[in-house]
Amino acid sequence: MIELRVNGRTHRLDVDPSTPLLYVLRDDLQLNAAKFGCGLGQCGACTVLVDGKAVFSCLTPIAALAGRTIETVEGLGTIARPGIVQQAFNIEQAAQCGYCIAGMIARAEALLRTTTSPSEDEMRAAMRPSLCRCGTHMRILRAVRRAAATMGGGVRDAAEPVR
Amino acid sequence: MRVPCGGGGTLVALHPLSDMAETGPHRSRTIALAVVIALLIVVAAFLVAAYRPPIPRIKVPARASFDPQLVDRGAALARIGNCQSCHSAPNGSSYSGGVPIRTVFGTIYGSNITPDPRHGIGNWSLAAFTRAMRKGVARDGSHLYPAFPYDHFTRLSDGDIAALYAFVMTLAPAATDPPANHLVPPLGVRPLIAAWKWIEFKPASITRDPAHDDMWNEGRYLVDALAHCGSCHTPRSRLQAEDRARRFDGAIVDGWYAPPLNGRSPAVRAWTIDRLEIYLRTGLDPHHAAAAGPMRDVATNLARAPVPAVHAIATYIADGMVTAPAARIEPPLIDRGALAARQFPEGATLFAGACATCHEPGAGMIVAGRPQLPLGTPLHEDNPRDVIQIILNGLQPPVGPRGPYMPAFADTLTDAEIAQLVGYLHARYGNGARWDGLEKAIADARKVKR
Repeated sequence: MIELRVNGRTHRLDVDPSTPLLYVLRDDLQLNAAKFGCGLGQCGACTVLVDGKAVFSCLTPIAALAGRTIETVEGLGTIARPGIVQQAFNIEQAAQCGYCIAGMIARAEALLRTTTSPSEDEMRAAMRPSLCRCGTHMRILRAVRRAAATMGGGVRDAAEPVR
Repeated sequence: MRVPCGGGGTLVALHPLSDMAETGPHRSRTIALAVVIALLIVVAAFLVAAYRPPIPRIKVPARASFDPQLVDRGAALARIGNCQSCHSAPNGSSYSGGVPIRTVFGTIYGSNITPDPRHGIGNWSLAAFTRAMRKGVARDGSHLYPAFPYDHFTRLSDGDIAALYAFVMTLAPAATDPPANHLVPPLGVRPLIAAWKWIEFKPASITRDPAHDDMWNEGRYLVDALAHCGSCHTPRSRLQAEDRARRFDGAIVDGWYAPPLNGRSPAVRAWTIDRLEIYLRTGLDPHHAAAAGPMRDVATNLARAPVPAVHAIATYIADGMVTAPAARIEPPLIDRGALAARQFPEGATLFAGACATCHEPGAGMIVAGRPQLPLGTPLHEDNPRDVIQIILNGLQPPVGPRGPYMPAFADTLTDAEIAQLVGYLHARYGNGARWDGLEKAIADARKVKR
């Protein structure tokens, strides 16, 4: 039995300890925001927060997660009361197909918990491990800038202002 | 340096009050005065000996005054010399400096070598540039820190220095200064570098070795004079000069281990000329592994360097490695999976969940021709640094966007977990003695800023 703390709730699971977190989230806990993209840690669709840091859940065996805090996009807000980053993604209409967006939001959340006023370069470097095949990168970056501003900071030397 | 130390010793002996009582204040004052004067003379003599005259400023030469072919040749040489690694910060303009170089004596920032007259080297003549390259002295006469590898560049030919000069003087000028150096006191005092040079630095040139062909000789020149491979691959003395007696024995750089490039190479596959050339030009040799850490920049630059030059480098380096074990016989690859899983059960579990999709035999990446784990030299090195760095920070494609990539695991796994994983990997695939102190090595690697 392994205990996992996800979005503030503790779950006891009887799963092989080498199982990637992503499979447990989707198959056992029905938390379906994080997506299976490549399964190789190359696309970022599976990104969730572990101890506040963005990690690829497809390459994180649950054996590594005892006593650690896991957060998925479901834990960042609700449809009625979205979190600041979620709301920014909504306002900027950053999703096209949406497959990468849960990972993008988790990654932006991790960045903005470290600093609400990253530089444009720091923001881009932090977002780089997540890929978007539709090409809404500019909207995604706008959403991150908006979220940073809403949190009371703002991206320094931003490539464009928050409107 | 020995003289001022002796003087200091005399001063200490004068201080105790009991001495004052025996000799009387008047006599001790005379001695103290004599010592101070002697010290001043020594310091003055040192400053005179360390003094290098400034070379007069010139007006920034017009771009058109340089032969475009010479500029192109200089650009190629700059790639072989990997100049960008220290002189171009990732988000700065090209060659405007600002890359931190961390040494045991503190952090030095690569300088702005664009032709801006105030912030760069725009008013340096060719003579001033040549003196900097050959003798480590700036145009204004100040000594340059040997983080700038003039211990190698001193061997460059006049023609190559002129080409490099033409290249940097036609770059876009950048009106920015790199951050100020942070050095352990008193090393911020530049005349002290003269003392270092007296002990550790000799201007030199390379003469042709008639026992070898032109390609080998060209390779030796490029390796020793320009590419300065020894700066990373040769261990350093206590004064941080390359230890020529241990040439290419392997050394620690920025938390990474630059492996031996001689008969001590722990690689399990021979480094032939062809394999080395592929590795240097693409950042990946299927018989070994991907270029990572500081070597990634080298491959990035050599990918755009003239092919014959890279071939010459490969020729010379491969010749230096012909006495390595793998050059004589390539051992069968070992896989002690069951044993390693018994020794490191948690490591085995973590490997299955985090690594196997890419690294187990039969994984897509292996089928696509990427090297299997036991081919990677890091697992056979005498220390775990490179394995730890790669797990913590992952790999980025050295050349173009389609090269080898590995995600970073720094935020995914704890030090204890990575220690289990590294222990497992070494037990399963590695040659050589068991690695100890893994958790501390991992904690130390996390502290290396990048």
